[in-house]
Amino acid sequence: MARNIQSLERAAAMLRLLAGGERRLGLSDVASSLGLAKGTAHGILRTLQAEGFVEQDAASGRYQLGAELLRLGNSYLDVHELRARALVWTDDLARASGESVYVGVLHKSGVLIMHHVFRPDDSRQVLEVGAMQPLHSTALGKVLSAYDPVAHTQAVEVEREAFTPRTVTDGAGFEEILDLTRARGWAADVEETWDGIASVAAPIHNRRRMPVGAVAVAGAVERVCGDAGEPRAALIASVRDCARAVSRDLGAGRF
Amino acid sequence: MTSSTGPFIAAIDQGTTSSRCIVFDRDGRIVAVDQKEHEQIFPKPGWVEHDATEIWTNVQEVVAGAIAKAAQDVPGFTSADVKAVGITNQRETTLMWDRHTGEPVHNALVWQDTRTDALCKELGRNVGQDRFRRETGLPLASYFAGPKARWLLDNVEGLRERAEAGDILFGTMDSWVIWNLTGGAQGGVHVTDVTNASRTMLMNLHNLTWDERIAESMGVPLNVLPEIRSSAEVYGEVKEGVLAGVPVASALGDQQAALFGQTCFAEGEAKSTYGTGTFMLMNTGDKIINSYSGLLTTVGYKIGDEKPVYALEGSIAVTGSLVQWMRDQMGLIKSAAEIETLASSVEDNGGAYFVPAFSGLFAPYWRSDARGVITGLTRYVTKAHIARAVLEATAWQTREITDAMTKDSGVELAALKVDGGMTSNNLLMQTLSDFLDAPVVRPMVAETTCLGAAYAAGLAVGFWPDTDALRANWRRAAEWTPRMPAEQRDREYKSWLKAVERSMGWVDDEDAS
Repeated sequence: MARNIQSLERAAAMLRLLAGGERRLGLSDVASSLGLAKGTAHGILRTLQAEGFVEQDAASGRYQLGAELLRLGNSYLDVHELRARALVWTDDLARASGESVYVGVLHKSGVLIMHHVFRPDDSRQVLEVGAMQPLHSTALGKVLSAYDPVAHTQAVEVEREAFTPRTVTDGAGFEEILDLTRARGWAADVEETWDGIASVAAPIHNRRRMPVGAVAVAGAVERVCGDAGEPRAALIASVRDCARAVSRDLGAGRF
Repeated sequence: MTSSTGPFIAAIDQGTTSSRCIVFDRDGRIVAVDQKEHEQIFPKPGWVEHDATEIWTNVQEVVAGAIAKAAQDVPGFTSADVKAVGITNQRETTLMWDRHTGEPVHNALVWQDTRTDALCKELGRNVGQDRFRRETGLPLASYFAGPKARWLLDNVEGLRERAEAGDILFGTMDSWVIWNLTGGAQGGVHVTDVTNASRTMLMNLHNLTWDERIAESMGVPLNVLPEIRSSAEVYGEVKEGVLAGVPVASALGDQQAALFGQTCFAEGEAKSTYGTGTFMLMNTGDKIINSYSGLLTTVGYKIGDEKPVYALEGSIAVTGSLVQWMRDQMGLIKSAAEIETLASSVEDNGGAYFVPAFSGLFAPYWRSDARGVITGLTRYVTKAHIARAVLEATAWQTREITDAMTKDSGVELAALKVDGGMTSNNLLMQTLSDFLDAPVVRPMVAETTCLGAAYAAGLAVGFWPDTDALRANWRRAAEWTPRMPAEQRDREYKSWLKAVERSMGWVDDEDAS
């Protein structure tokens, strides 16, 4: 194991110190508790302060934990919260597009379907909540891989299976698709996972602009795509509108 | 989104915590929404009031707000594109006002208000709480409007004299909103619909007219009562504001509106709305079914001159509020949605059962001496098992209501249509389907209450031709089918029933209240 970085260890010790007992401590208290020179302690505290992890009381000059720490702890979004927020918007997307709608999140090197709205016709359909889809070939997976670095790493590391003749499996080709996805803000899967099925997906962001999931419309390739074999523009706009609406509900700003 | 084109129907939902207005297009899609909360007034423990003047102001604001939003989002929209406005409302909340000035004589007494408990006992005399059940379908309980009206007449100084002189009008919130919309003191129509009237305990279910004998026993003069009309007909026109000239064409109590919005038009079709509490209604067609299992018999709806459609109703006091209790009082979860995350982290309830009889057991038991229990605890049980037991409690209580409905009506539940906030909980919906051994279906429009009022208003003005056209609008958004083996379901149900038994008899008679 590589040697640890001393200043980070010291910063961590300071945060623990401020989190326990008295909570507000002066510079000399911090320095003496940790056996550091005042100058060293001050340098670390100032850095932590600039990052928002520590705050200094203006009147007493004492230090305490900063609001950024709390935000870090709370930034995890419960997937069921995501479903609750997405419900109204995805219903409307299904209704407007006439197709099935899915919301997916990253889970164990794949896409976990955590919400599914039926295609609004009278046909028998089975709820696919809990199903897994591949990262590299589906529209949901491409969006997650393009925006979430963790998903990207996993998509690059897994073996990219060719489900159909149209599945892109080579590394360079895959990266190109992700670049395109980031550039235009959406991804498509035209018969790359299932024959006859096409889908379009867009990213859902939280208030910290972190990608927390993706929303997709999927249906028969003849309906989803126009004559040129590309997804219809109106459908793309609907999916992106829906993703933006859910993001706004999660507190993300307008973009 | 593909943009909607007119014409449209507006619905006003005057609810317990807020008033809303939603504009719908012909496909039943939402075009615009506006909403405003009003104050909950708690003068004493158990008393709940609303300021009816504030409510009327809010209703005007949300109507204007929704119309303004529609004008913003729909190119070329004018309020002339709104063909009718429908009303749905919190049921049983009771108001009396001066017909000459439009001034309420007192705050509205909200359905949750329990101040008429003692009065209801007194009204039962030697017969008990079922004294008026045969005529009204209801037990004597503090929810219903008749006893609340009596309380106002007894307790507001000079009110009885003014009422007898013909200066006072009584109404539930539908009557108040319609009277004001149609001109108030300047010619407003004083009406109510059969569903709201069926919650007053003053209407005879068999002929849908005020029951003079009951009104007399209850001490409510007939001349304060509104005219009883169908749920879907033109009562009058909006007098002022953005919707001036638009017909006011429907009124339905909120739960009946949800039944209508869920298009439960055939006998045996049922809906269950999962909010803080849960309300389940089953369409029983033209049959008035007397319940021997503690359910309420009520009017489902009546379209114009058609025959009335009746319903059985069962309510569960604590469902969503149990999840809130886990969040706010126990601190086991940070948000309501997290209950599913916690509950999904285990395979089963670990042997634990939670009976949330916080204020006694309701249908089908009606035991006020019961209190909440968690049973079956061992050292193995974790907070995740308790979370699971919390969700199962909602599902088992629904099962008990459906069993009671089947027993009373002889109709087996084919499928349950669900709506309300808790339908976003996938584990709960699957559990519900498993416990009921029936499919559970969620429709695409979550706002079934407003939609029901809009549907009824649209039928009244010919915007939609018939209920078949409304059925065609209904879209399945999700369906859960039973996966649980029958032996397991039966075994679990037995354990649940044992847990329910454990909750009974906790409060001794003397301190029961």
